Amino acid sequence: MINQSTSQLINYILCLADNALILGHRNSEWCGHGPVLEQDIAITNISLDLIGQARNFYQYAAQLKTDGSTEDSFAYLRNENEFKNCLLVEQPNGDWAQTILRQFLFSAYQFYLYEELQNRKDDQLAAIAEKSLKEVTYHLRWSSEWVIRLGDGTEESNWRMINAIDGLWKYSDELFIAADYEMKAVDIGTGVDLKIIKSKWQEKVKAVFEEATLIIPENISPRTGGKEGKHTEELNKILNDLQILQRTYPGCEW
Amino acid sequence: MVETKNISVKQIWSILENVFDPEVPVLSVIDLGIVREVKLPNIPLGDGGIEIIITPTYSGCPAMDVISMNIKMELLAHGFKKVKLTQILSPAWTTEWMSEAGKQKLKEYGIAPPNHKQQICNDELFAPNEAVQCPHCNSYHTHRISEFGSTACKALYQCDDCKEPFDYFKCH
Repeated sequence: MINQSTSQLINYILCLADNALILGHRNSEWCGHGPVLEQDIAITNISLDLIGQARNFYQYAAQLKTDGSTEDSFAYLRNENEFKNCLLVEQPNGDWAQTILRQFLFSAYQFYLYEELQNRKDDQLAAIAEKSLKEVTYHLRWSSEWVIRLGDGTEESNWRMINAIDGLWKYSDELFIAADYEMKAVDIGTGVDLKIIKSKWQEKVKAVFEEATLIIPENISPRTGGKEGKHTEELNKILNDLQILQRTYPGCEW
Repeated sequence: MVETKNISVKQIWSILENVFDPEVPVLSVIDLGIVREVKLPNIPLGDGGIEIIITPTYSGCPAMDVISMNIKMELLAHGFKKVKLTQILSPAWTTEWMSEAGKQKLKEYGIAPPNHKQQICNDELFAPNEAVQCPHCNSYHTHRISEFGSTACKALYQCDDCKEPFDYFKCH
């Protein structure tokens, strides 16, 4: 049996992993459908990075769990209410503007999160963060440039960005509202205090939005629940797609 | 089995020069800098095993499993039956670990090798393109087409003189 603090740490790691997996899966839906070939390759490269990061986190969680769980069982055999990703990453791709905004809001969060996590005291989590940060630097730069390009682009690209903000902004607060296991992880010196990164994130978003001639919405009531396993219907659709093979043919390998 | 008492770490490194990256087949795992350490056991090798410490170029690099397998096969072909592969993530791989010989081989293969002094490893927006030399005609009149290329480790460029598109092993 693992003790309660290990169990909370595993939840913390699964939250990091699930965010990366689900956004990676969403982005992969663009494969073959990107607006131009180069951006199709870009968004699917970002998927690859995120899924790789998710694997590193899942492998570590499996190692701590010691009950036979593996990276595959975490990804393929958990139910919707066991996934701890925030609601933002499970939202549908929509148009290119929605995909770009979702990526930008999340990459900015992940960038400051990993920057801190690489200096926390769990060696393996710090190593994954150090490794991933190099990749996320690219994601953040790429998505920031696209937010600016679309926001300050044509009339159409501008209204599409405004539309994306209307649809997604309400999910951004959840990134910084700590779940129990996140608070516990901070207490033991392993996790990142979300208050520290929130102000950096706000500054980054403000700077990019200003250059993109976009306005940050105010007084939007946040949607939350994902970190505790209460998801929008969208996650179920993703899991149907992601898990169908292992659910239909348990243990299938090829 | 090989006579194991006299084997040296250096010999293992030279065997690994025959293991190539499946996605960039001119580069060995040594050229790429992904083999970080070779550990020999204190007991004779007939009983113990060799441990090879490797690190991925990118978190999602799909070649890592094949590379691990190929390392084992190559060592097996040299008589080493017990080989353990350990993957580490820190310190994170950087293009600075690529060998000079590797960079030369890349260029001959048509992929622009990473610049010595990488300029764009930061989050500055719309930064000017890094000056990358065309591997075909050596011109520096090139421009970036896409920051993301055919594999995680490359960006896509085009030469303004000979017009050829080419891959650039990007800053990391």
